[in-house]
Amino acid sequence: MGYPHPSHPKETPVLSKYFGDAEARTFDGWVKRGGYEGLRKALAMGPEAVIEEIKASGLRGRGGAGFPTGMKWSFMPKGDGKPHYLVCNADESEPGTFKDREIMRWTPHGLIEGCAVGAMAIGAERCYIYIRGEFTEPWRIMSKAVEEAYANGALGANVFGSGRRIDITLHRGAGAYICGEETAMMNSIEGRRGNPRIKPPFPAQAGLFAMPTTINNVETLAATPHILVHGAAWYKGLCLSNPKSTGTKLVSVCGHVLRPGNYEITMGTPMRELLYDMCGGMRPGRTLKAVIPGGSSVPIMTAEEAESALMDYEGLVEKGSMLGSAGMIVMDDTTDMVYQIWRLAKFYAHESCAQCTQCREGTAWTTRVMERILAGKGKEADFQLLLDLADNMTGKTICVLSDSCAAPVVSGIQKFRGEFEAYMSGARQPSLAGV
Amino acid sequence: MSLKTEQVSAHAGHDDAPHEPVFSGERLARLERMYAEYPTKQALLLPALWMIQEARGWISEAAIGEVAAVLGLTPAYVKGVVTFYTMYHTHPVGRHFIQVCTTSPCGLCGAEDTMRALLQHTGCGELGATSPDGRFTVIEVECLGACGFATPVLIDDDFIESVTPETVPALLEGYR
Repeated sequence: MGYPHPSHPKETPVLSKYFGDAEARTFDGWVKRGGYEGLRKALAMGPEAVIEEIKASGLRGRGGAGFPTGMKWSFMPKGDGKPHYLVCNADESEPGTFKDREIMRWTPHGLIEGCAVGAMAIGAERCYIYIRGEFTEPWRIMSKAVEEAYANGALGANVFGSGRRIDITLHRGAGAYICGEETAMMNSIEGRRGNPRIKPPFPAQAGLFAMPTTINNVETLAATPHILVHGAAWYKGLCLSNPKSTGTKLVSVCGHVLRPGNYEITMGTPMRELLYDMCGGMRPGRTLKAVIPGGSSVPIMTAEEAESALMDYEGLVEKGSMLGSAGMIVMDDTTDMVYQIWRLAKFYAHESCAQCTQCREGTAWTTRVMERILAGKGKEADFQLLLDLADNMTGKTICVLSDSCAAPVVSGIQKFRGEFEAYMSGARQPSLAGV
Repeated sequence: MSLKTEQVSAHAGHDDAPHEPVFSGERLARLERMYAEYPTKQALLLPALWMIQEARGWISEAAIGEVAAVLGLTPAYVKGVVTFYTMYHTHPVGRHFIQVCTTSPCGLCGAEDTMRALLQHTGCGELGATSPDGRFTVIEVECLGACGFATPVLIDDDFIESVTPETVPALLEGYR
């Protein structure tokens, strides 16, 4: 449901069905709503069958990359005698994205159940849930739920009498966007600076504490019990467009819409329906100018591109952007695109871990050039400078933070060049003081 | 296995008061219980730093020395970690620590006005400064992950949604 708003008839509430329902937070309340059936079923099926079922469902990673979950799980070695780890990525910090927060706030047992299913499937006895430090309320709710799950035999040495051990540890982040990157997250859990690691080795070979590790997003894990209860065919059937994008997706919508919130859509839903029906459209008297559909790291779409796009992995690639984490930032005709692109660049400059030169220097340099333009001192040559910088920041670093900074700059120049030129010519008044 | 505490010499820092150890009694016991959940001592570093901040409000040079000794790390290594993460304070802050999000999605919805209202009504005047009465410190932070509820503000451990310049004065009343 479009929390904090009532469910819209065009939504498909699966993960969000109990958002706003405080009783669903408790163990008994969750069980009363059909909770922990998925985990019981998983324990009866065994790891191989669970992985096959998740593969057949078509579930793909909901954190941004969209990698098939069942396949990721199948990469974990079998019978290697080493401890395996599951890491649940609850570091949600991609600007525009606020869905995992609601999953943890309202359905903590749904996430615990999903983590237990995932841990069982990959042969892990311990799962770390890495929750960003700023999420104080989700932390309190999750802590209580984990305690309750232990008390009721859903976690511990003998989960529901199956003879399997599954432990969950909550690990608190301390303020670093980069720790949402999976290898940086592993370093952070190990008590290190959150610098991303060079791959290979991939986490399934040598991840957390150098052991085979799988990292999944909150929403991905929370979906797995539902798939086991209702079957892969049901999940696969939740698809309105491309068969490679199945299931439901929580879309966080923010910015200039009448009803910002989290909407759960069937994959392939037209973005127009999401924007104008579910979210109630733009503020009175305003028109749509641009959308960043997948969290701030993906290319900006114009109103025309957005209004004709289908909300799934392929549909957004077709329109030159990406589904990412589905954190949708909506901008109306009052928006100063140059200012917004500068603010995004500033975000990435602040969050760069400074390990790679292209990123450390590139994000800061990009920010300074954007500041110069906003101060009315930009020159025509700055376009080429920004594009050169973006080129040097794309595909050349250990992780994709630097690429993410370049994406809105490049798409912004392509699609809103006139707004940059207005600052350069003096047609628009400077919006930042001298640089 | 247990964590050994050693005699820790206070490192010279900008705090001159003698360092009262953080990891003794119940806090040390808590850290030792946590050790069962991680295969290395080093992995206890982030939780241990949180415990210091909860106990003392910030992480001093002496506390860095203490946690390094408890976990078998060097103070230089610990300082490298402390300074990587923005939520650990390396100097004292006001009684109430206010973090306001001004990243793009909130910025589109007036977060900068909310930030200015917070600076004005707390008396802090500028970002990062503590108000003359020692009551508040305000900082600007990047994305708090509640973009649909602009502007989210974190005061100590209270996460408050949909703060506007108009609601700021009443909100601050709750934090003396």
